Amino acid sequence: MLSRPLFRFVRDDRRINFMRGRHMGLIVSAVLSIASVILFFQPGLKLGLDFRGGIIVEAQTPGPADFGKLRAALDHAGIHPDAVQAFGSPRDVRISINAPEGADREAQTQKLVDGVKNAISAAEPGTQVLRADAVGASVSSELFRDGLLALGFSLAMILVYIWVRFEREFAISAVVTLILDLTKTIGFLAITRFEFDLVMVAALLTILGYSTNDKVVVYDRIRENLRKYRTMPLRDLLDLSINETLNRTLGTSMTVFLAALPLALFGGSTLTGFATVMLFGIVVGTSSSIFIAAPLLLLMGEKRLRKETDAG
Amino acid sequence: MMYYSRLRLLGVAGICLIGVLLCLPNFLRSPAPSLPWRQIHLGLDLRGGSYLLLQLDLKSLEHDRLQSLQDQARQTLLDHSLGYRDFVRDDATASLSFAPRSVAERDAALKAMQSLPPVVPNEFTTSEKDGRIVLTLQHEAMLARAREAVAQSIEIVRRRIDATGAIDPSIAREGDDRIVVELPGVSDPERIKSLLGTTARLTFRLLAPNPSVASPGSTMLEDESMHTQVAVQDHVDVDGTDLTNAGAVIDQQSGGWAVTFQLNSAGATAFANVTRANVGKRFAIVLDNKVIEAPNIISPITAGNGQITGGFDARSASDLALLLRAGALPAPLSVVEQRTIGPSLGAASIRAGIISLLTGLLLVIVFMVLFYGRFGLYADIALFANLILMVGILSLFQATLTLPGMAGMLLTLGMAVDANILINERIREEVKRGRGPLQALQAGFDRATGTIIDSNATAFLAHVMLFVFGTGPVRNFALTITIGIVTTLFTTLLLSRLLVVRWYALARPKELPV
Repeated sequence: MLSRPLFRFVRDDRRINFMRGRHMGLIVSAVLSIASVILFFQPGLKLGLDFRGGIIVEAQTPGPADFGKLRAALDHAGIHPDAVQAFGSPRDVRISINAPEGADREAQTQKLVDGVKNAISAAEPGTQVLRADAVGASVSSELFRDGLLALGFSLAMILVYIWVRFEREFAISAVVTLILDLTKTIGFLAITRFEFDLVMVAALLTILGYSTNDKVVVYDRIRENLRKYRTMPLRDLLDLSINETLNRTLGTSMTVFLAALPLALFGGSTLTGFATVMLFGIVVGTSSSIFIAAPLLLLMGEKRLRKETDAG
Repeated sequence: MMYYSRLRLLGVAGICLIGVLLCLPNFLRSPAPSLPWRQIHLGLDLRGGSYLLLQLDLKSLEHDRLQSLQDQARQTLLDHSLGYRDFVRDDATASLSFAPRSVAERDAALKAMQSLPPVVPNEFTTSEKDGRIVLTLQHEAMLARAREAVAQSIEIVRRRIDATGAIDPSIAREGDDRIVVELPGVSDPERIKSLLGTTARLTFRLLAPNPSVASPGSTMLEDESMHTQVAVQDHVDVDGTDLTNAGAVIDQQSGGWAVTFQLNSAGATAFANVTRANVGKRFAIVLDNKVIEAPNIISPITAGNGQITGGFDARSASDLALLLRAGALPAPLSVVEQRTIGPSLGAASIRAGIISLLTGLLLVIVFMVLFYGRFGLYADIALFANLILMVGILSLFQATLTLPGMAGMLLTLGMAVDANILINERIREEVKRGRGPLQALQAGFDRATGTIIDSNATAFLAHVMLFVFGTGPVRNFALTITIGIVTTLFTTLLLSRLLVVRWYALARPKELPV
């Protein structure tokens, strides 16, 4: 059974005319991205604790959780949580409080978390604290800034690298495609209401890395074909290059998808959101490699690219 | 290149073997201490524990320095017999200012101020404005002080935490003015938080002549034993830095808890001098700007030891003794971020991580065999080697493995086969173009290499950025992937190629299984 591959995504000699649908692809992508940007402002992202500041205490009560009793106990301790909710099993309780306002809010935040823990252990003896996080307002704004910096610098590095290794048109098309990918992912975050925290920034950057990787492979083939077929119109050449790399594009996306799938299914509360966003990003990144990155290239520099390679 | 020299063969095999050896210690529960074993540390999210981010109070550091600078300035003016009026300390602008007694003395006063010794270079500027002499602390210099203070604080924090019996704590600087404390296995950090939140600066000072009103050179402080305010002189007679030992004891007379202390010889001399000169007056014991007690000096204390009784219970007495032994923090620390993971959640996370990792690995392995047959199998072997090398390098660095780190590993494995896919697709194309097996292999490997390097370089750059700007879990994720990209290049460009080449040399097939 090892002598032959058992299946392929597309037959090797299949030539799909992707360029014919390029306007459609770009329009659909632009519309989705614009919709995502609107979603980003309204309703906006659900900021996680890292970026919002505040307190989350997750606890497991010995029996089914009595929310009324817990709320009363917290109220008695002078703590007014923004949410007391169930998650996971009926014994699991999550209490979240937004960052307090005022001058000594940092100290208040830290005091509150101990207050919450003491109040619920007193109300339900035997309660186990699963997680207790308290992030001060100054830290959260710094984390947010660092996260955005990481995103910005990554995009800039990718732009420079592709510019140096390929040409300007490639670099600009790649970065525009990546921005389209990123906005859609952010729209996805806004719709699914996954919490946007540091781990999500990591997810976005990973999607960015993989999506770039995908584009680089297609561009690499385009560059090679530009040298090989000097008279072929750019449009046909792009189609040829996409088709030649199609099995690889789909194959790699498949393996990354398969690797991330178990994380989304059984990764636990921390990783499920991360992995789901990754899965979405892989699908978006793969389709943009096929439908967006190369058409943009056609749009940008039909004349220039041909001339450059002719001269070189 | 379709020929592997013996040296290269041994090299590749050797690196894989080293990888296996580096992985081994992770399977031992407690490796022999005599061997240089290095293990991956489990992050707090996997083993349970507490993470605290402490912030040094820069304002208080400035305030203390302004106060001591004011004392020095006054003393210097006095030494030079220069007069002054209206000496003002302004914390908001971090400056001191005073008016010289007369215009004639202005230059001399300015000169005297310029001669004050700075603690760090360019600590303050001296200038003249509207007939007043102004000393202003420089922000850069204060940051330098903060870095020094953080370094001192780390030592003190470590001593305090060690005294609580916490196992394997990690205490590290972050940025200019922060300290990260990680406490594995501590699921209730309340006591440690309160220990770290106490500056524990102990001073002995005389009460002001009239203890019920603040006068120049004294400040109203809260008296904890009497629940009133008393005026205590700003001048510190004996400082807690002269303490050599402290302990919690039961007071023989009252039967309550007390804290005894022992001073070094400088402290003992100072203590003896003050108590001798002020018999009958009240001497305040001040901890962090609160008066613990202010007893009357009945007779001179010359032995350099004493006892503090201030309504302690067993816990507070032993905590205070602990704090005094560990030393005072140069400035107050406050907790600005706290994350606690209970042990049961950590165990659940490990289980979830391992299940996901294994399932993902299995899916990728099966997919590769289905999609590429024999060469897929070789890619799987390379994948396995990749996992081993990744774990090996992480152990070598004694890196911390967190849940996001595990996700990074899994994603690396998904990505790692990309290089194999590129190579296999390339070989397949060459075969379709009618090349013979050997030429097709050769061309496939050579042409795919450039693409592989380009595509990995961009991912590498993105993750280096993530590592540089990321914090905590994100950094860990980026580190894992960055290491993963390096091991991926090795396993695909050298190892899986070696496997294919060896197979070809042994089987000499007429046709390639692509």
